[in-house]
Amino acid sequence: MTATVKYDEVEVGQQIPAVDYPARRLNLVMYAGASGDFNQIHWNERFAKTVGLPDVIAHGMFTMAQAGRFVTDWAGDPGAVVDYGVRFSSMVVVPDDDQGATITVSGVVEEKLEDKRVVIALVAKSADANVLSKARAVVQLS
Amino acid sequence: MALNRDFVGRSYASAAPYEVSRVKIREFAAAIGDHNPIYRDRDAAQAAGHPDVVAPPTFPIVFSLQSGGEALADPELGLNFAMVVHGEQRFEYTRPIYPGDELVTRSTITDIRSAGRNELLTIKSEVSTVAGEPVCTTYNTIVERGGAV
Repeated sequence: MTATVKYDEVEVGQQIPAVDYPARRLNLVMYAGASGDFNQIHWNERFAKTVGLPDVIAHGMFTMAQAGRFVTDWAGDPGAVVDYGVRFSSMVVVPDDDQGATITVSGVVEEKLEDKRVVIALVAKSADANVLSKARAVVQLS
Repeated sequence: MALNRDFVGRSYASAAPYEVSRVKIREFAAAIGDHNPIYRDRDAAQAAGHPDVVAPPTFPIVFSLQSGGEALADPELGLNFAMVVHGEQRFEYTRPIYPGDELVTRSTITDIRSAGRNELLTIKSEVSTVAGEPVCTTYNTIVERGGAV
């Protein structure tokens, strides 16, 4: 396992530039199939509204996967992520149009740990709301 | 309806091992829109120091709740699935997941509590190989909206 980012070249407070990830209905259908989470709130607008939601919402795990991708792309090796946790603080509402929703992820190096590990604090926004809170990844650098 | 607190501490083992495949890893990576070659190309994965392609960090969600799912579906728990949203999730890795891994999961309901109008239930799932090698531990908190009313 070899992260391409070197521990000695990383500083606390270092920003990782934001990346936009699309979330369209097609993405949610694919995610339902691949994950096995067929909860109707993630693909059936009629059902979502009967349980009090504004529209279809993305799987929390889809959003978590986008922020995870942000970290693994930065680290250069998915195997370098040794701990990754989030709280789902707001819903990502995905309208049935060609644009869908956008999840914007950014990060900052929050702490340098022993054994060349760092803590990345993540921010994920959709429609101006923070959709993740307490989002942290511990990454093993080289 | 309030969830049945008697379920706290109950533990459930997966009925059968989950065998990780390259095809499933590729499908999952495609579903999250991630084109990283380390998820689909063995040569790229080996160049990064792995024996084979690697599963994305959130991949264990595919199988880790199979054992806990049994508990959630138990009518005695009183969970209304239609009102469930995901509250928190964490993955703690001992090592990455690779194709060919035969993984078993032991899920334990560690907490049930009320927060405002909602009911929160946390499941800890310990994932290991059939040979007993620890691989990862996942923590999953679900929210039943309005469940505490």
